[in-house]
Parts: sequence; structure tokens; C-alpha cells
Amino acid sequence: MANLAVVGQSVYRKDANPKVTGRALHVGNIEMPGMLHVAVLRSPYPHARIRRIEKSSAERLDGVAAVLTGAEVAKMPGVDPYYGPAFRDQPILAVDKVCYVGDPVVAVAAVDKRTAEDALQLIEIDYEPLPAVFDVIEAVKRESPLVHDRHRPAKAFADLAHVKAGQQSNICYHFKLRTGDVGKAFAEADRVFEDTFSSPPAQHMPMEPHVTLVYLDEQERLNIWTASQSPSYVRTELSNTFSIPMHHIRVRVPYIGGGYGAKLYAKLEPLVTVLALITKRPVRYALTREEEFLTITKHKVITKIKTAIKNGSITARKCEVFWDTGAYAEIGPRIGHKSGYTAAGPYRIPNVWIDSYCVYTNHVPAGAFRGFGVPQVIWAYDSQTDIIARAMGEDPVEFRLKPALEEGEPFATGTLVRSFGIKEAIRQAARAIEWSKPRPVQTGTKLRGKGIAAGVKAVLTPSISGAIVIMNADGTANVLSSTVEMGQGSETTMGQIVAEELGIAFDQVHIVQPDTDVTPYDTITAGSRSTYHMGNAVRMAAVKIKAELFEVVAAKLEAHPDDLVAGGGRIFVRGMAERGMTISEIFLAKFGSLGTTLAAEAVCQPTAAHMDPETGQSEKCTEYWFPSATAAEVEVDTETGQLKVLQLFSVGDTGTAINPRHCEQQLLGAAIMHLGLTLFEEMIFDHGQLVNGSLLDYQVASIKDMPESFRSIVVEVPHETGPFGAKGAGETGALTVAPAIANAIQDATGVRIRALPITPEKVLRALAEKKGEALPRD
Amino acid sequence: MKREITLEINRREETITVEDADTLLEVLRDRFKLWSVREGCGVGACGTCTVLLDGRPVSSCFVLAARAAGRQITTLEGLSDGQSLHGIQEAFVSERALQCAYCTPGFVLSVKALLDEIPNPSDEEIREYLSGNLCRCAGYADILRAARLAQQRLSVKAEMPRK
Repeated sequence: MANLAVVGQSVYRKDANPKVTGRALHVGNIEMPGMLHVAVLRSPYPHARIRRIEKSSAERLDGVAAVLTGAEVAKMPGVDPYYGPAFRDQPILAVDKVCYVGDPVVAVAAVDKRTAEDALQLIEIDYEPLPAVFDVIEAVKRESPLVHDRHRPAKAFADLAHVKAGQQSNICYHFKLRTGDVGKAFAEADRVFEDTFSSPPAQHMPMEPHVTLVYLDEQERLNIWTASQSPSYVRTELSNTFSIPMHHIRVRVPYIGGGYGAKLYAKLEPLVTVLALITKRPVRYALTREEEFLTITKHKVITKIKTAIKNGSITARKCEVFWDTGAYAEIGPRIGHKSGYTAAGPYRIPNVWIDSYCVYTNHVPAGAFRGFGVPQVIWAYDSQTDIIARAMGEDPVEFRLKPALEEGEPFATGTLVRSFGIKEAIRQAARAIEWSKPRPVQTGTKLRGKGIAAGVKAVLTPSISGAIVIMNADGTANVLSSTVEMGQGSETTMGQIVAEELGIAFDQVHIVQPDTDVTPYDTITAGSRSTYHMGNAVRMAAVKIKAELFEVVAAKLEAHPDDLVAGGGRIFVRGMAERGMTISEIFLAKFGSLGTTLAAEAVCQPTAAHMDPETGQSEKCTEYWFPSATAAEVEVDTETGQLKVLQLFSVGDTGTAINPRHCEQQLLGAAIMHLGLTLFEEMIFDHGQLVNGSLLDYQVASIKDMPESFRSIVVEVPHETGPFGAKGAGETGALTVAPAIANAIQDATGVRIRALPITPEKVLRALAEKKGEALPRD
Repeated sequence: MKREITLEINRREETITVEDADTLLEVLRDRFKLWSVREGCGVGACGTCTVLLDGRPVSSCFVLAARAAGRQITTLEGLSDGQSLHGIQEAFVSERALQCAYCTPGFVLSVKALLDEIPNPSDEEIREYLSGNLCRCAGYADILRAARLAQQRLSVKAEMPRK
């Protein structure tokens, strides 16, 4: 890219100062006169009917303003007691039954948190336990207890318009992909490989738990301050749920303390809104860490994968993917769909059969988690690809490179791939780990091995980002965007794009935080979509402003607009810097005064082509792809099963890097987060009861888990319609960590782990099994 | 039970009445509006609410306010003079050792305590010292570099001759 001033530079973060001083505004810092605090009584049963709730003593407690039940919410006129982005299945508070341990049943709003918690002790609930289902494979069987009697589609998103109303089944969504003749290919195969892989439920663990503040303003308008990744959606959802017109709802999001998918769609907002409506006072609900564990999780996934080999090549792949979406579908159907269609991998495979089932169980609801389900399907297909390569005596890197899709070849969906740097990513990963270097013969009890993994994610399509750029008469600009700054650096990225396009300095751009009163619609801040979608929107808006400025300058200087360029805060004739005008001079010429502004709006709205519901075929299923590769070297202690990750390299094709340092940082952050998920993170349930739901019992990666040798490599395959060629970077580093580690373990020891997390116990058992020894059970 | 205590918060002496059950975290946030102190887990396991108690890092969610009587407390708000950034903060910005930054105040204070205790720490010592602070954006590589840079800058400053 020629002559760029700001794009491609690793400028410092726009939000560095407020964040490093601790002055950054968070919802938890906002206090209002008379504000009430919330505590919630949650279900102790995984599935039970509510017979009776006795709450009068709680209501009489000093300082308590409201004690609310789901039955009362259901009776409020104009209020839909159920909400949700795919199905309206999640009650604001349990109406007649509870569906998981932790399901909110009664909410108390009181003068302070302690009073609200005290009031919970005074509430008595009589439950009638119902049969429950915890195993995702059991749940799809006809005789399984039903979590919900009927499924009511939400119709909130264009990409979920095909989700159907269903009943008499726990399967709330079934995605199908059929291409070629899988039966024939398996019948004619030289070898068939069949494996089952599992990935456990896990916790997002944003350092800032969910927090929402709602109040009615002097016009009785609903005002929401919330730690959310989707302010536009929250407004729509509240409008639908409470029959309140959209212009009477204002949703604002300040800096949020991490999201990783946990803070998408509606979470606390509907409940806090009801409490604010009935008490007519500001109400804030901040989750405790323990409640966070009971609010949203990463999907547990079981994948059965079967692959046919003929003449040394993969000829067919059949995948059955089971998503445990928990008690409420949340965004599970979107994940089952978007991740489902990638479940065979980024390879040339003539015959593919995929069934992806999103299944209700009586567990904590599962939703989006950095990678949107793709890490779970890559865990299966890349692990198996590695198993096959080693079983066939092929080099695992070459075995992946050979069938890896080239530019313009069809994906399993029939969509031709563009900007698809998968081969380059694999090669870079192999180079970083010195793959081709001969391995020394190993003896002793500490064995080293190397592993490579590769996979790809597709961006959510269709989706929409709108933005407004306002140019001020002094040559500075304000950008109105609903993209949430949650740590990924979106303010910096958008600031760089707008500064570049308008030819002004990076620090002359201010990014206005999401506020549905002023910032236009944006689908979500998630799925590595903001740099491309919002980046294009802010860029196109800036282009419109520039065109207006050019018009003035062209007339004034008698030049042709095509000969003008913007740079250094001026517009001038190309190659003749002295023949130009400053922004202020242009404003003065256009408006005759200097207090004025110039605004332009633009919308980025990529579309997808129809996808056949029976075959999953689509001319265009996605706007762009994120190829990822990870290389790892591990050392396995064969006496203890202990695993040491010596080297980890995360490689991602991000398109053109707007801010290279931030792209590297995103890859590294995602990689180490997923290293924790690979090695130890798991939410453990016993009959639906979470047994490790606090940070004392649930471990996440700390600085001590960072490998000694740890680096990211940004592959830049420009995208023809990305802003300056950019795609995105937030999830790519997450995609291929787990299989890279498992592949390295097989390389070191010959044993294969198929269930995450890869604990020392599992490694030790696998080693014992290989030697034909038995380990004592528990 | 209520009791009156006197303590020093960011170099200012304060006398307040606290309940026995009040944590230091609650007092710093609710009474003094020191918003850099943030609850992350409530069980002393994440380091997000780290403050310095007589110069030593503690999880303020796990310290009863009454136990802080007569002691000195430093929060991030008290680290610098309020006009310019402290050298450790500068190092965090230079190394981009912050993303969502909810954990940043805790990390900055832990690095301060580390460098006060071990002026020239090894990487191993930095990792050990900072292992009680969690960062879910997982910017650990940047944080490690920031700690090193802060150490270099502060030691250069300390060696500069006084006028």
C-alpha cells in the first residue's frame, strides 16, 4: 500500500491514558441519586416446576424496594416475559419452571447490595423436581426429557431468519451440508478413520463481570448504561420485550472490562429494566464472579468425525457436531450454523457430509466465545488430520499443504475462497518451529515433540455497520460508531482509518462511545468483524466528507477534484503542496464562518447468497475468511503426565494490518487464553450442579503459563474490499492452539488425547494404556 | 459492629466509621470513589482489586477495612502526583501492556511493589511476583516487557545525580 501516513503504523492506543490511570469510565463507576442494587435468588434444581413463592417477609425488610417474580413479569401489560437472540426462550425471571441450576427466580432491588442479599434469605420457594437431561448425546434421543415444550424463533437477525419453530425435541437447530457422494467414497476407500473428540464447557471470565444500570430520565425515557458488546441489539431487544418505541430507549456503553463473547445480546438488561420500571428509581445490577459462571458459558461440543482415504488423499469426510447449548438457546443456532459449515476443514475434499445439532440440556446457557465455536470444530478436524498423516507415514505439514484450498477454489459450501492465506500460515508456523530440522533420538522420561495445526473461520455474514463522521471547522473529526472498545483497540483502528482518509493527524480524531441516541446501528462487536465492517463504514463516511471538501477546493483553486489529495491537515493539488487550503480555510470558504460541522453517514452491509437448507451450498456464505495456524513444542514428563509448553507460535492471516503491533497482540492474547482452555479450563457439572464455579476452583492462564518462546506472526493477504485491505484479528489466534498441543504430544509420546482439557492425568492414563498398564481409577 | 478507624489513603489521613464486615475494597470504592480499585472475583484470587498496604500488595476484597486501621494505603490514584504518569505507567503505555485494562491498576501496583522489593528482578522473579494478577486479554508478554522497561527507566532515574 503506497504512501500511507497512519494506516500500517503501530501508533499508541487512543485509550491508553484513561486506562493506565484507572480513570476510564466503567458502568460500575456510575452512581445515581436513589440508586437501588440487585440480588437474585437462583434455582437450586436443574429442572423443576415452581409451585409456590413466599416473599412477603422479604418485601417487609427495611430498605427493600421491590421483590419480583417471573409470574409478576408475565402479568405486566405489553411485556414479553421471554427474550433471546435466536429463540425467545429465556425468561426474564423463571415463570413457571426452572431449567438449570442458577436460573434466576426472584430478584430483589434494595438500597444496598447487602440488604438485597439479606432479603433473599427470607424468600421461600416450593419446587417440584422434573426429570432433567445433562448429556448432549442423550438429549437428542426421542425418550429424553424435554427442556422446552416448544421453540419460538426470535427473528432478530437476518442470518437467523431460517431458524424454525419446533417442538417435541431438544434439537433447536440442525444444520446440514451435503456435497458429493459420501457413501460411495467410504465404500471405495483404502482406509477409513473414525474418531470422537470432546471439548468441555468453559467460562469467558472477563475481569469485569456483567453490570447494567437502568433509569428513567426526565422524559420517562428508558436509559441503559451497560457493559455490552451489542448496544444496538440491546435497544431492539428491549423495544420488543417491553413494547417501548425505539426512540424512547437510550443504550450507552463506556469502556468494558473484556467480553470475549460473554457480553453479547441481552443479558442483565431486561431484568434491570423491569426493576427500574416498577420502582421508578435507578437500578444497578453487578454480577458477582460466582453469578458470572451461572450466566453464560462456552459450548461443550462432541464431534464424531469419519474420514475416507483413497490413494493417499482425503476423499470424504463426515462430521456430526453436537453443541450443548444449555437451558436456553442463546446464540447457539448461529454457532451451530457458522461453525458447522466449516467442520470439514479448509481442504479440497470432494465428498462432505455435515450434521451440526444445537441441543438443549439442563446446563448453564452457552453462547459466543472468542472463536464462535470454530476452535471446537478445529479441535476435532485438525486433530484427526494429524492422526491420519502420522498413521499414513506422511509428513503432517505436507499432508495439510497438499489439499489446502488455493485462492478461488470452492469451500465445502461451494463458496469460492478469496484472500485465503492458509498455506502461507502453515508454512510460517512450520518455519517458526523449525519443523524440518531433524529430531534427535530421545531417551529418558522427558520427551519432546512438535505439532502444527491449521484451520479457518468465516466471518458472520450478512451483518451491518453504520457510522457517521463529523468534521469540525478546525480540522479535527468526531466519529460516531457503535463498536464497543473492549480492549481490542477498535478506537485506535477506527482513528487510524479516519485520519488516513481525511489526511489529518491520528490525535485529531475522537471516537464517540456507543450511544444509541447518536451512534448508528451495528450488528455486534464480535466475531473479528469490526475492523472490516465498521472500518469500511467510517472510511466511506470520511470519503464522503473528503469529496465535499475537494469540491470547495477545486472551485476555489480552479483545479480538478481528481487531482486533489488530503494530507497534513490540508487539501492540495497532487505534487504541488503549496497549492492548497487548510481545512479551516475550506470551512470558511464553504460556510462563511468557523463554528460549523460537516457530517456524513455510511453503511457497510455485506450480503450472503441463499444457502440451501438441505445441502448447505451457497454461492457466497461469507464475506471473508480467517486462516490460522499454530506451532507448538511440548515436553511431556512420562512419569507424571506433566506437560510443559516450550514454544508456541501463533500465525494468522489478518489481511492488511492497520496496526501491526495490535494484530500481533490479538493473536498472542487469543493464543494464551486458549492455551489455558487447552490445558486446564473446564466447568465441571455434577447432575447439573456446577462444582467449580469460583476463581478459587476454576483456573485460567496466568503470566506463569506463558511459554518461554512465544511469538505471533501476522500474515497479510489483503482483502480486495477490506478497508486498506484489512480483515480482522480478534479470534484467529484462538482457533488452532488445542490441536497443535495435542499433535505435539503425539509427536513426543505416540499417545493421542481426544478430550479437552489435556490434563496430566489424561496424559498419564493414555501413556499407561499404550504400555498396556492399568492406572487405578480415581 | 460499627467502629471508628483512622487510616492513610494516598497520603491523606482519613477517619471513618466502618462495619466489621466492610472490606477495604468496599470502603475505597463506596466511600472514597477510588474507581481504579475493582472487584474481579471477591475471593482474593484475581488481583484486580490490588492495593498497597504499607507498601505491600494485597487483595482489598480480602482485607477487612477495620484491619487497615493505622496503616498506609496506596491505590493507583495515589501512585503518581496526578499531573504526569508514573514511570511504571509510562512503561505500560510504551509496551502496550493494556487492552481492556480492567486488570491494569492491579498489575501496575504489583510491579511497583515488586521493584520496591527487588530492584533488579529476573524474568523468573517478575513472573512469580505477577502470577497473582490475572489478565484475561492475556497481554502477559507485553506486561512482562513493561515490567522490565519500568525497571530500566526507574533505575536510570535513581542513578541520576541530584542537583
